[in-house]
Amino acid sequence: MKYIGFFELVGFGPQGWGYMLAAAAGITIAIAVSGFLIGSLIGIFGAWAKISGGRAVRTFAEGYTTVLRGIPDLLVIYLFYFGGSSLLSTIGKLFGSNGFVNFPGFLAGALAIGIASGAQQTEVFRGAFSAVHRGEIEAAMACGMGQYLRFRRIIAPLTMRHALPGLGNVWQVALKGSALVSVTGVVELLRQSQLGAGATGLPFSFFIAALVIYLIISTFSNWTFQIAETRFSRGVRRA
Amino acid sequence: MDFAFLWETLVSLITAVPLTLQLAAAAVVLGAVLALFLALMRLSGIWILSSIARAYVFVFRGSPLLVQIFLIYYGLGQFPAVRYSILWPILREPYWCAILALTLCNAAYASEIIRGGLLSVPFGQIEAARACGMSRLTLFRRIVLPLAIRQALPAYGNEIISMVKSTSLASIITLMEITGVAAKIMSETYRWFEILTLAGAMYLTINFALTRIVKLIEYRLSPHLRDPRALISNQPLVIAGENG
Repeated sequence: MKYIGFFELVGFGPQGWGYMLAAAAGITIAIAVSGFLIGSLIGIFGAWAKISGGRAVRTFAEGYTTVLRGIPDLLVIYLFYFGGSSLLSTIGKLFGSNGFVNFPGFLAGALAIGIASGAQQTEVFRGAFSAVHRGEIEAAMACGMGQYLRFRRIIAPLTMRHALPGLGNVWQVALKGSALVSVTGVVELLRQSQLGAGATGLPFSFFIAALVIYLIISTFSNWTFQIAETRFSRGVRRA
Repeated sequence: MDFAFLWETLVSLITAVPLTLQLAAAAVVLGAVLALFLALMRLSGIWILSSIARAYVFVFRGSPLLVQIFLIYYGLGQFPAVRYSILWPILREPYWCAILALTLCNAAYASEIIRGGLLSVPFGQIEAARACGMSRLTLFRRIVLPLAIRQALPAYGNEIISMVKSTSLASIITLMEITGVAAKIMSETYRWFEILTLAGAMYLTINFALTRIVKLIEYRLSPHLRDPRALISNQPLVIAGENG
């Protein structure tokens, strides 16, 4: 094979893998974002369950966060991938098809990251809510706000203010966790780099390119979170 | 419930526990040494050293561990210089590659924790130690490091647990630790539910034990936060200064 330089290899030229890597990076972001959003939904309800749930609900939420924070994400991905596939195969059998039906890897990955991220976000939201000053909630009550209005106008924005730094960390974890979804065969950034490495015999070039792309994504999202933090911290006095 | 199968799976998973622990222990111990150096570089106040440490932490914390593992295990072989070097017998082995990648990654996270711990040591303590005439090394060994460790321990405990979880990625480069064995039995039997439950339970047990140990060390290191009356009632009164 003719020797080609690194930038030609991962660039957008005729011999470059640039477009494929960029598309794969898009899939990575899509998996991470959907996982993170599923996690946010779980996290909000999880925190609610932990703060004001009954005993049974609290125990359940406690068990969920303890288990999910104690086992590797890879096991959760396997759980959804194999579990989903065997479920689909069983359903397939009912309709007369024989054989193994593959669960879509993207969905398995997003759900797995969501469930794992949800456990972390539960803790983030719970901690953030407890940092909201009692007095602010009391003041809202004194103004005659109903429960719903109080949540929307007072509790949600203030909780968000305290939760954002933690959410930024959880997002980084979700982004990095999306690389594990490559084991299900979804062509996201890492899988695409593996394919490229296999096709060209240049693993280092491809994995270094993937590493740089991950760094770029995480730097950009850091900025975004910082902007959001500034926005949600309007009105905070700083010494 | 097929208890014979469960038992068989449990036994094969347990035989994989030592490898998981080895990987985690090696990464945590070696990573701690590297992390201490990185933290000291970062705090040295020498521009070039602190920028190197900062860049290292940025790269290893900002990218997925799996990419780092692939980079070391598959990537380094791309260079003939590496393939013909004396390190090749080591870098060819998935075991050493996994330890290397886990160590490098762990060091990045741990160095930030240690840095936070070192920064938390009150200046008055250092001043007092200087006033006692301690040399820089003694001061670091006797005052700064113990106080920093006490401060950093809870976060460090979390990092150790996340390392145990990360060892599961070694299964992707063919190492037969808990997840590797679980994946192998799953591909043979398709009985994912029992196998994943048992494997998960194993990680939970290990991590639970680790949390307890860290809590115990934390308790031992923080007598100053406990109620002094509890201490006195348990043991004969110690005259101040005798052990302090």
